[in-house]
Amino acid sequence: MSGGVDSAVAAARAAEAGHDVTGVHLALSRNPSSYRTGARGCCTLEDARDARRAADVIGIPFYVWDMADRFHADVVADFVAEYARGHTPNPCLRCNEKIKFAAVLDRAVALGFDAVCTGHHARLEPVPGAPGSTRLVRSVDPAKDQSYVLGVLTADQLSRAMFPLGDTTKDQVRKEAAERGLGVADKPDSHDVCFIADGDTSGFLRRHLGSAPGDIVEADGTVIGTHDGSYGFTIGQRKGLHIDRPAGDGRPRFVLSIEPVSRTVTVGPAEALDVFEIEASRPVWSGCAPPAGPLPCEVQLRAHSDVHPAVCEPDGDGGVRITLREPARGIAPGQAAVFYDGDAVLGSATISRAS
Amino acid sequence: MTAQRPEVRTAQRAEARTLPALVYLDHAATTPMLPAALAAMTEELAQAGNASSLHSAGRRARRVVEESREIIAEAYGARPSEVVFTSGGTEADNLALKGLYWARVAADPRQRRVLASATEHHAVLDCVRWLAEHEGAEADCLEVGPAGDVSPAALADAIETDPASVGVISVMWANNEVGTVQPIAELAALAAEYQIPFHSDAVQAAGQLPVSLATTGATALTITAHKIGGPVGVGALLLAKGAHPVPVLHGGGQERDVRSGTLDVPAIRAFAVAVQVATGRREDEAKRQAALRDDLIAQVKAAVPDAILNGAAPGPGRLAGNAHFSFPGCEGDALLMLLDARGIACSTGSACTAGVAQPSHVLLAMGADEARARGSLRFSLGHCSEQSDVDALGAAIGEAVERARRAAR
Repeated sequence: MSGGVDSAVAAARAAEAGHDVTGVHLALSRNPSSYRTGARGCCTLEDARDARRAADVIGIPFYVWDMADRFHADVVADFVAEYARGHTPNPCLRCNEKIKFAAVLDRAVALGFDAVCTGHHARLEPVPGAPGSTRLVRSVDPAKDQSYVLGVLTADQLSRAMFPLGDTTKDQVRKEAAERGLGVADKPDSHDVCFIADGDTSGFLRRHLGSAPGDIVEADGTVIGTHDGSYGFTIGQRKGLHIDRPAGDGRPRFVLSIEPVSRTVTVGPAEALDVFEIEASRPVWSGCAPPAGPLPCEVQLRAHSDVHPAVCEPDGDGGVRITLREPARGIAPGQAAVFYDGDAVLGSATISRAS
Repeated sequence: MTAQRPEVRTAQRAEARTLPALVYLDHAATTPMLPAALAAMTEELAQAGNASSLHSAGRRARRVVEESREIIAEAYGARPSEVVFTSGGTEADNLALKGLYWARVAADPRQRRVLASATEHHAVLDCVRWLAEHEGAEADCLEVGPAGDVSPAALADAIETDPASVGVISVMWANNEVGTVQPIAELAALAAEYQIPFHSDAVQAAGQLPVSLATTGATALTITAHKIGGPVGVGALLLAKGAHPVPVLHGGGQERDVRSGTLDVPAIRAFAVAVQVATGRREDEAKRQAALRDDLIAQVKAAVPDAILNGAAPGPGRLAGNAHFSFPGCEGDALLMLLDARGIACSTGSACTAGVAQPSHVLLAMGADEARARGSLRFSLGHCSEQSDVDALGAAIGEAVERARRAAR
């Protein structure tokens, strides 16, 4: 229970369904500030209070679990390290993978609980033809669907998960919160990175990684500008490049690649962003058996983006190769590739290279 | 491959939700009001009258306050004029530490050192820290032994490094976490030799031990109602004649200008009733609780042989109703949760920041490592504790520790 409206309603539904529910707020910040300022940031003391009050109204026990050190090591430190490597991480994925459905789940199971229930917008349904099985399916609210950030979970983790909100739109969830007397009905959703309260990711990275100046170059190696830290860029980025000389053809330039060791950022025209083939590692197959050969599917390559028709096959080295039917742009190493069959999640892998 | 989904045992869980009657083993945190105190307070709440008013309604309220004051004074070896009513123990500690410190440095700016034991309650420690950070005080920590005891020798050494610079000394009468009783008479006598004001937070000791201002010669003692069966929201600083702390609260000049604020007459009356009852049966009650507590220790040790009892050995050196254990390989908050789910209430005994338990500063001061400090629980008995409470804990603790150990791996 984060103190937000989704987890409050999820807890209420689970309790109403007759489950023996205990509300847990995760203290993830090493220096929790007292008040929530707007929609940024999370896990302030005020959030803990909101979660506690929701638990009071629902009538369930409530505790705060201190996961700040684990969160820092597994999510925050990983976030910084990925940027240092020139990747674009998705910390929400890491948090689900390492904290919510690992550290929290493990502790819960050891203490006698059966499952972790969250307010994520997603559904769990049996695989057709395999009663008793579970796979992840998109929420009925496509704008709020969070199956992408849950796509990294294993079948085992999914078997111990509950997502009561998947069949409801966000608007309906808020209405229900109000009807249930949960004071957080009007609380704004938190967005962006929960541990960067002021929303200034560049500033955050600069504080952690320091100034690391390097060159901005064109594909042929011509130096056309300088930067203060390659972590300030992501593949496909157009704004904020600070290039003095316009491109020869007058068209906008985009970040094509980031090479952190030489601290080089390569830019070029939009077409150079086109990617047909993606290499991805550490595949997780939660919704089907690991494919032995080519698997036609649809792949989502970023949170809140469209799916791309593709074929996914093992690369013989433990990873997978994803071949897109139509080129995609702005594919950044470090992001997740989540494989769908319609609305159902088949599995996911971490993008390592795109060409 | 997709996994099978375990059944959620709805029916069994629903049964477990109907909790047995609460087994309350956290009387050191607070204890139910004595029926006589509740009745007296309820009666008084129906009356209206500001004890400072000059008319008949005010005089009636004033009489209740003064009668209560006399009862409390007598119980704790003080003159009525030496009883200053406050909103509770924290406020009384603040008044003692800050007020006496300010008075001392005003008289002589050299007297900046504040000596407090490492195991004081936060209401004392945080005051001292604040005085050091904002008022030019020098915080000097009095080390404690492995049982949490402050030796007179340690105090003498601390004073001796520069007697002229000591402003105030504060050592609690008995520790709220591990129950260790301090040698207050000797410590107060030592302070008196050097003419240094001596304060003791006697909040935990008041119902169980012979707390007395006169006998010890202390300058100030803190007591509070809700630890002895009175209401939350009222306490007192017993302030020896001749001590003139700078007030913390300014206003209408109540309590001889020492502590302004309209007096809570119903609460004060209930406080006095609780003091009367508690003092009247103090020795018998201490014997009764000690027997229950000793059995609690035996049952816990039988269920968890490697549990470590923290604090002074059971006997005159330890509060009769207090037991405090470290359970190796467990986290205290997991244990607390598991016992809570079984309807047994106890405490990790440490301060909470946003609900996240910090390792107990008391245990750390006693030389425990952080793991042991985090893996501890306090069980405390009170006036309504029965054998059945102890038996319930004895029956539950083994399994709870086993599960908590699993969770910690």
